[in-house]
Amino acid sequence: MAASKGLKILVGCKRVIDYAVKVRVKPDRSGVVTEGVKHSMNPFDEIAVEEAVRMKEKKLAGEAVAISVGPPQSQETLRTALAMGIDRAIHVEIPLAQLEKLQPIHVSKLLAKVCESEKPDLVILGKQAIDDDCNQTGQMLAALLDWPQATFASKIEPSQDSKQLRVTREVDGGLETIDVSVPAVVTSDLRLNEPRYATLPNIMKAKKKPLAKMSPDQLGVDLQPRQEVISVEDPPVRKAGAKVESVEDLVGKLREKGLVK
Amino acid sequence: MYSVQVLKKLNVLKSFIQVNSSIPRLTSRYAATASTAESSKDAKSNEASDSFVLNLFSGRVNTKQLTPFPSVLDSDQRSTLAGMVEPVDKFFQEVNNADKNDALETIEPNTLTGLAEMGAFGLQVPIEYGGLGLSNTQYARLVEVVGAYDLGVGIALGAHQSIGFKGITLYGTHEQKQKYLPDLASGKKFAAYCLTEPSSGSDAGSVQTRAVLSPCGKHYKMNGSKLWISNGGIADVMTVFAKTEVKDEATGAAKDKVTAFIVERGFGGVSSGPPEKKMGIKCSNTAALYFEDTEIPVENVLGGVGNGFKVAMNVLNNGRFGMAAALSGTMRLCIAKASEHAAGRTQFGAKISSYGAIQEKLARMAAKHYATESMAYLVSGLMDSGVAEFQAEAAISKVYGSEAAWYCADEAIQILGGMGYMRETGLERVMRDLRIFRIFEGTNDILRLFFTLLGVQYAGKQLQQLAKSPLSNPSALVSMGFRKMGLGSVASPDTGALLERLHPELKASGELLGQTAGHLGQAVQDIVVKHKKGVIERQHELNRLAEGAMHAYAMAAALSRADQSLRAGAASAEYETRLVHYLCNESADWIQYNLGQLKSNRTQTSIELSKDISKTVCDNGGVVQVNPLGL
Repeated sequence: MAASKGLKILVGCKRVIDYAVKVRVKPDRSGVVTEGVKHSMNPFDEIAVEEAVRMKEKKLAGEAVAISVGPPQSQETLRTALAMGIDRAIHVEIPLAQLEKLQPIHVSKLLAKVCESEKPDLVILGKQAIDDDCNQTGQMLAALLDWPQATFASKIEPSQDSKQLRVTREVDGGLETIDVSVPAVVTSDLRLNEPRYATLPNIMKAKKKPLAKMSPDQLGVDLQPRQEVISVEDPPVRKAGAKVESVEDLVGKLREKGLVK
Repeated sequence: MYSVQVLKKLNVLKSFIQVNSSIPRLTSRYAATASTAESSKDAKSNEASDSFVLNLFSGRVNTKQLTPFPSVLDSDQRSTLAGMVEPVDKFFQEVNNADKNDALETIEPNTLTGLAEMGAFGLQVPIEYGGLGLSNTQYARLVEVVGAYDLGVGIALGAHQSIGFKGITLYGTHEQKQKYLPDLASGKKFAAYCLTEPSSGSDAGSVQTRAVLSPCGKHYKMNGSKLWISNGGIADVMTVFAKTEVKDEATGAAKDKVTAFIVERGFGGVSSGPPEKKMGIKCSNTAALYFEDTEIPVENVLGGVGNGFKVAMNVLNNGRFGMAAALSGTMRLCIAKASEHAAGRTQFGAKISSYGAIQEKLARMAAKHYATESMAYLVSGLMDSGVAEFQAEAAISKVYGSEAAWYCADEAIQILGGMGYMRETGLERVMRDLRIFRIFEGTNDILRLFFTLLGVQYAGKQLQQLAKSPLSNPSALVSMGFRKMGLGSVASPDTGALLERLHPELKASGELLGQTAGHLGQAVQDIVVKHKKGVIERQHELNRLAEGAMHAYAMAAALSRADQSLRAGAASAEYETRLVHYLCNESADWIQYNLGQLKSNRTQTSIELSKDISKTVCDNGGVVQVNPLGL
């Protein structure tokens, strides 16, 4: 760890449909309606950005860089990150045609390539995106780079000997605390922090911060889809239930439906 | 030997000339709460204006300041604004609690801090003085967000920057700006606009607060009181309007004229009353201010001694577009709530949105919102384009917007029925907050008279100019006809330029606008010929002309904007076209009704009756009759 200069952090931000929007399925069932719909930064990525900025404020980190893989509008997402306190941003622009077929495997490969040149000490990603709920990119990235990973982080601090990072993870059984050496990949969970509001003066200042553009070709990553979406449908409408009078009736009904032998 | 035609036209001319000489005095009286009082000596007022509204009164449709819809944001400003809307929206959704603010009758402290950090107190202050340097259009967009969530906070912010210290931004010297703007922009200090007094509301020229120059000439001593001042109880920097004695340059005689001062609470002798208990915008502080021998250094005179009236009016004029923008946001919310309910509520076996009575309300609400929103951005766009003369348009946007918003909130409550009346729905608070918008910053009653008289005056000046032209003589005037005299009429509506510019889909409504303009021009002539100078006092008639002009501008703004949407291929263009069609039909009907009344003998009788009834009621201190039982 470059203790004197502080860690260099790379933070991932994804532009997703805003959490408050009522998502509608396209009539042709190929996906959901995105045009004209409000988008914003993935909430877990906001938490990741906030953590990076806080680490800078605590002097644990020296430089924080935000990266987004997405359409031209992802620039707005990066500007928000810059307004929150990130130093500079990288936009890997994906043409619209390939956007819908983009998957974590592609994103993690792109990020891995960027890590080769940027050489961050720590990569913080949101644990999952609220549009696809994949929860894969951070894990895949760590594997591609052969770096340690600490997912579902609810706390990040220096380890006791200050040579590693001590991460508290939210797991099904409770909280697990591990020490990871850097460079490492950490993914943020809900309780890691509460993101600050971007203020208007900071938004103005963010305009002056550097934002570099890259293409998948430049990074030499092939975006061929590995999966094919066959159809996207609304969840089934909840059917009415029926009330039964006795346990015998209940068992009878369950047998009828073939749910019990 | 002059024909009846010529005599008629000479009469029009004569009438206008008579009226014109009285209007400057009267408009300056009414301009109290309106805007720039331009004296007839002002060279500018003799020039032709491209103001759409002013030309309407001559029956002309001048499209120069109408279409294409102003596009004033460069790509940098646009992206900056885009980045700002969401954080502001998020703040108002997640941090600001309008109901809490209303219940506490104050803005919650952490909200106030958050707003200051957000930069919300100096949106239009130039960057070099610590603000965000936003243009009027950018400001309008952000204020639209505030209007949707919390009008009380909207007024606290607006009273501070839209009028409170706007005088310093517009008229301040570099030293004054340097001294005051940074703290005001950061929200460290609050500002207030102090004009109203117990005996001086609409009649702002009659303020009695007085500032007397000291013998040494280094400071003024101010005595007086101000009433109902927004931010009055919390402001440290106040723009105060007081009477000062000035020497008339020409005659050397002493005269009383209003002067604007920057007064700091710390100057001493400044005290404020407790927060007023109000119907709405409760979290916005409203208080009385008292000045007792307050010493003000001469360096704090704002805009020049004796210029206070102009400063006062210009500040109000300058901030007016913000109101229409905020109210657009409020209406959006009301319509969202009303339509969501109507589409979901089933009664008598069908969704209530399928019933005609509800449909009419929703359509009217949507149309009024569209017109207000179009006006707000049209006016801000004109201002950002450097247009100097927009006072009539701004005044109309304030009157129309405040009444449209009242209608929307009222009918939204009606559509929600009993639920609408309940506090938790959030509409009753909006309604209470909205009522003041028809009263302050220039009552709608005064503004109606103001922009109408401005228009009548302008129509007259156009005629005068033509009459002065060496080419004119009675027979020439006759051969030119009304149209060439610059006056449209019923017979020849002036729509050429408009129809050329409008998208074909909007032509029918465009023609309707042209006809309406012709009607209005004719009505103006008729009424001036009939009453001549006396037209100034004929408020019954002027109000009907006002309705005509106001709704015609609504039609025009909506048409211009729909045109923009059609040309840009916006997804909503088809909906907007139908909405505009509806708006223009309804507006044209209403205008026709009002202008028709001007020609009606029955209305004439009604007007005379209403004068008599009003006098009797006033003499009696109420209605005269006992109830039908005689008990």
